[in-house]
Amino acid sequence: MSSKRKLGDALLNSFAKTSSGIRGLDEITFGGLPKGRPTLIAGGPGSGKTLMSMEFLVRGATVYNEPGVFMAFEETAEELAQNVASLGFDLKEFITQKKLLIDFVRVERSEIEETGEYDLEGLFVRLNYAIDSIGAKRVVLDTIESLFAGLGNEAILRAELRRLFRWLKDKGVTAIITAERGESSLTRYGLEEYVSDCVIVLDHRVQNQISTRRIRVVKYRGSVHGTNEYPFLIDEKGISILPITSLTLNYQISTKRISSGIPRLDAMLEGKGFYQGSTILISGTAGTGKTSISASFANATCQRNERCLYFAFEESPNQIMRNMKSIGIDLEGCVKKGLLKFQAVRSTFYGLETHLVQMQKIIDDFKPASVIVDPITNLINAGEQDEVKSMLTRLIDYLKSKQIIAMFTNLTHLGGLESTETEVSSIMDTWILLRDIEIGGERNRGIYILKSRGMAHSNQIREFLITSKGVDIIDVYTGPAGVLTGSARLSQEIKDKETEDSREEEIEKLQRDLDRKRKLMEAQVTALQAEFTAKEEEVKQLINQGKRRDKTLAENRKEMSRMRKEDKE
Amino acid sequence: MYEKKEPSKEKQDINDSEYFELRLYVAGQTSNSVKAFSNLQKICDEYLKGKYKIEVIDLLKTPQLAAGDQILAIPTLVRKLPEPIKKIIGDLSNTERVLVGLDIRSKNDT
Repeated sequence: MSSKRKLGDALLNSFAKTSSGIRGLDEITFGGLPKGRPTLIAGGPGSGKTLMSMEFLVRGATVYNEPGVFMAFEETAEELAQNVASLGFDLKEFITQKKLLIDFVRVERSEIEETGEYDLEGLFVRLNYAIDSIGAKRVVLDTIESLFAGLGNEAILRAELRRLFRWLKDKGVTAIITAERGESSLTRYGLEEYVSDCVIVLDHRVQNQISTRRIRVVKYRGSVHGTNEYPFLIDEKGISILPITSLTLNYQISTKRISSGIPRLDAMLEGKGFYQGSTILISGTAGTGKTSISASFANATCQRNERCLYFAFEESPNQIMRNMKSIGIDLEGCVKKGLLKFQAVRSTFYGLETHLVQMQKIIDDFKPASVIVDPITNLINAGEQDEVKSMLTRLIDYLKSKQIIAMFTNLTHLGGLESTETEVSSIMDTWILLRDIEIGGERNRGIYILKSRGMAHSNQIREFLITSKGVDIIDVYTGPAGVLTGSARLSQEIKDKETEDSREEEIEKLQRDLDRKRKLMEAQVTALQAEFTAKEEEVKQLINQGKRRDKTLAENRKEMSRMRKEDKE
Repeated sequence: MYEKKEPSKEKQDINDSEYFELRLYVAGQTSNSVKAFSNLQKICDEYLKGKYKIEVIDLLKTPQLAAGDQILAIPTLVRKLPEPIKKIIGDLSNTERVLVGLDIRSKNDT
């Protein structure tokens, strides 16, 4: 095992490669094209052979300071310059700087008569002269097969082509040879027999009326290479190839938490919100507020002075901004500050692969902290279900590798609430479900967290309110009458309040009764006391009167005895 | 310049006023090139006596001239005059084809 790896490493190291400078191509070839050797690019008409080879030269000239020769068999220098001007390449500028040389080789069979033996030394001389005159390190022959149409003697041609490719190797230039795709072989004239170091096939497939460009490295002698078909894109900045799903699941993991923008939702997520770099799926039936949650999240991202990228597949940015303004979320301000970027495109506009490459490119350019895709369901229109899943997996992989938090909305239909159409829930970290709760002739929104990896999230269904001040989450009524939301919750709450009020009144009444009784009792006590006091006074008076009478009596008796001259002495 | 030469035997179709300016592109003294030159010389002497000029260009010495006449194959004979430009590639071993290629003889009258 280890010796095998060593051998691989040795091969990797020993094999010199030339960076193509084309986005993604160096990744899938692990470093670029074989240095000093010819590479064959085969593809059907319009598959991007010429553009890819021209970008190889342009990148060489601009990035790696390697001048290049473009030998064109099909288009003149002017035509080429025009064609690649759309990619932002100014060939004339490169030509005057002697970084690029275009030699147009015209082969017109009607003008040429063949008699006897010949060789293609003239081509060699031209190529050699072109290479030497600017010190070229890169060469493109596009499309050398035209010679087969222009010259009749195929035996000579084949021998000469073999010699040409040999000669290119000896010359030490890194060459690209383009060829038309053949019916049964890679190329129409079997050029792959001669160019055997590296063979790349470009493909332009139309599926469900949507075209996708793909690239595959068929063969790369002496080097490891990605063997998958990779989608690629040609746009105003050139070619970008999307390196597919990373093979390992070894992204950096963050414990940092990011607020959802809705305090109560954060509270449901341990009070801290989502993990950074996690993926959130918000699914729900129509009109349950998926976009509102997304907008809150976008707004929260911007409030933290971070960038947010919003992929809208259903509504135009202006419509989203207007609608969100009505619930008090000012996305327009975020856009003006340059923190929020909308990328609105109909899902059917491109194929899935193209969407993916586009999204990846924009993410690369904008470097957002969070990404919103609203809704992913629409992407199904652009491809088959399993393709959508694989595309989303790749997108999520990519976002995770960049530690970007992503929110996806998903429209579900009644009955299939807990299943996503694209079956992507398994690759999501947090799944928030929005649902209608129909009670008492009205629909209300319920929200709950179906799963959230790595945290003790709430298991409660809450009521989700969209008000003019934004979105809010409140508790639902749970009581003897069951789970109630909306006006049912309100009326139940009023009823509860009434019952409570009447009970309070009763208590007050009893209290009052008691008070009255106490007062009565106290009054009686006072009266009795008063009576008692009066009696006491009376008795005292009587006693005093009695005493006084006794005294007077005694005195009277004394007086009387004195008067009677008692002779007792 | 315009030598009035008695037209030889069957070449009535040649316009008397035509003067042939020919260029033979070679790359060094390869056998094909040597053969081509001698074949050309022979044909011209026979059919275009006095009405031609041959310029031999060795691309090993002047490679910059190759692109101008769109030279790929070696040897290539280019009829610069009369116009239009005609090209014949190969060692010119097939006289008939050379004559046709140079418009000295039309394809039909063999």
